[in-house]
Amino acid sequence: MIGVLRNISPRALRVWQRNRDVYFVTWKTNLLPPLLEPILYLLAFGAGIGALVKEVPYRGGTIGYAAFIAPGLLATQVMFQAFFETTYNTFVRMYYQKTFDALVTTPLTLEDIMAGEMLWGASKGAIGCAVMMVAIGGFGLLDYPHALIIVPFSLLAGLFFAALGLCFTAVVPQIDAFNFPTFLFVMPMFLFSGTFFPLDVLPRWAQAIALALPLTHITNVMREAALGRLPADLAWDLLYLMVATVPLCLLGIRLMTRRLVK
Amino acid sequence: MGGPSQVIEARELRKRYGDFTAVDGIDFAIQAGECFGVLGPNGAGKTTTVKMIHCASPLTSGTLRVFGLDVGREPRRIKARIGVCSQEDNLDPDFSVLKNLTVFARYFGLPAPGALERARELLEFMGLWERRDDRIRDLSGGLKRRLVIARALINDPDLLILDEPTTGLDPQSRHQVWDRVRTLRRQGKTILLTTHYMDEAQTLCDRLVIMDRGRILVEGPPAELVRSRVGREVVEVWGYPPALLDHARLSGWNVEIDADRLFVYTESGEDILQAIAHRFPSERCTVRMAGLEDLFLKLTGRELRE
Ligand SMILES: Nc1ncnc2c1ncn2[C@@H]1O[C@H](COP(=O)(O)OP(=O)(O)OP(=O)(O)O)[C@@H](O)[C@H]1O
Ligand SMILES: [Mg+2]
Repeated sequence: MIGVLRNISPRALRVWQRNRDVYFVTWKTNLLPPLLEPILYLLAFGAGIGALVKEVPYRGGTIGYAAFIAPGLLATQVMFQAFFETTYNTFVRMYYQKTFDALVTTPLTLEDIMAGEMLWGASKGAIGCAVMMVAIGGFGLLDYPHALIIVPFSLLAGLFFAALGLCFTAVVPQIDAFNFPTFLFVMPMFLFSGTFFPLDVLPRWAQAIALALPLTHITNVMREAALGRLPADLAWDLLYLMVATVPLCLLGIRLMTRRLVK
Repeated sequence: MGGPSQVIEARELRKRYGDFTAVDGIDFAIQAGECFGVLGPNGAGKTTTVKMIHCASPLTSGTLRVFGLDVGREPRRIKARIGVCSQEDNLDPDFSVLKNLTVFARYFGLPAPGALERARELLEFMGLWERRDDRIRDLSGGLKRRLVIARALINDPDLLILDEPTTGLDPQSRHQVWDRVRTLRRQGKTILLTTHYMDEAQTLCDRLVIMDRGRILVEGPPAELVRSRVGREVVEVWGYPPALLDHARLSGWNVEIDADRLFVYTESGEDILQAIAHRFPSERCTVRMAGLEDLFLKLTGRELRE
């Protein structure tokens, strides 16, 4: 693991730049979904379900249903963007486009390349989140300036999912195998991390499982920030994420180099 | 040993994939300014050797120094001074022709204005400047290959590695690539070239090795190798009778056969021709100069690989 760190240099940012440049070649198609998606969700869930469920009990008080799900949308956006970037897209670069084969002929190491991939995955999550915040802010569901914390925080959240994605990319035999982690981890997290309903309604054991999910903690931080509060107990969520992210990043790089060095 | 003019020095270089030995203890050295060829049938171990040189594949055993540096210890410093045109095209399909070069320049830490200037020079050199805004998928195989070569030159490398640079190209494109490689060699670049084409090796390489099954069979300047191992001329007989083969063997000629031809390697084709005409007057014979292909097939056999 120490070897991994020694082989990472600032040149990793060159890989980040490459991916960013590709992203902005087709920026319209990339930026439109995070802008439009929350509008659809807020209409369907906010206006539709919200008509039935006006208020949601939350932290001893109640908040509007739209205000409840809006941060959940931001959190899941970061997860999807970052995770799908370092799974499907990284796999395409690795396997079909042979991009990494070209990159290793330059002074970049494989560790640089993988670090750049993860940083880009995290950034893509943060970009998606920031764009979505514009739309959600339009509904008056973000309390600024506290809500601004969500942007740098989404980078950390994105890094977690980018690292997780890279770990899977390092072990899947073929690209369709990503269906497994998607349905076993990502979809359950999407639904059961306090994103669309408060966790208190679940039985005790299910709440315990939900608390172990990283997305629960991310949603938690984002919801408090969106409501314009930053209570001290968010430190636990932050700590959880940092403790989980660092080793996952190292593991992702290590597994990828193991796959690619022959 | 290993003076400053030695660009690559390999000793007892070996690479195993599991139980399979792809490169089996080879020794060679490449001097600054020479064009060094590696020939060999499919699976001979050419690409594996190349990958060890540009530090993408760790050695199983042996030593390998590039620019006097150990490939295991100083990969970044070595790779900063190498340009690689790999066997498989790995251009960036999301970028234009020009952008492929400028993005690549960033990996070497070249500052942007200089990189653009350099990219322009290289695209002009490879005849691609008119196509600078094209997408990669709109390029023909020949244009892609030329672009990969241009990309390999972006850092003005001291060593240029070309792994089968002209495979799949039409004759015009091949000649154009050869022409550029000759220009680079005149400019003093050290070049390592792998190829399946004998004419390519013969016209470009100062020195070459023929590899097979992970080993080096012969090494030397192409003309000298042909001269010493095959002879000056070859007599070819089409649809030869078995009696001719017996006669050739009894006469102690240096002969080879394939499905329908008999080859006699000799210093004087005329003498052999007369000897054959004397005893087998109806056979169709031709004499030609011996070439690298004769040497190659003699050393590696005529049966198919892989
Ligand atoms: N990653 C790998 N794992 C296992 N075997 C491999 C690997 N890479 C190459 N080989 C094997 O090593 C041998 C040498 O391969 P290499 O690519 O070096 O041949 P080559 O001389 O470049 O052939 P070609 O002319 O077809 O390009 C082949 O038999 C190949 O199947
Ligand atoms: Mg090869």
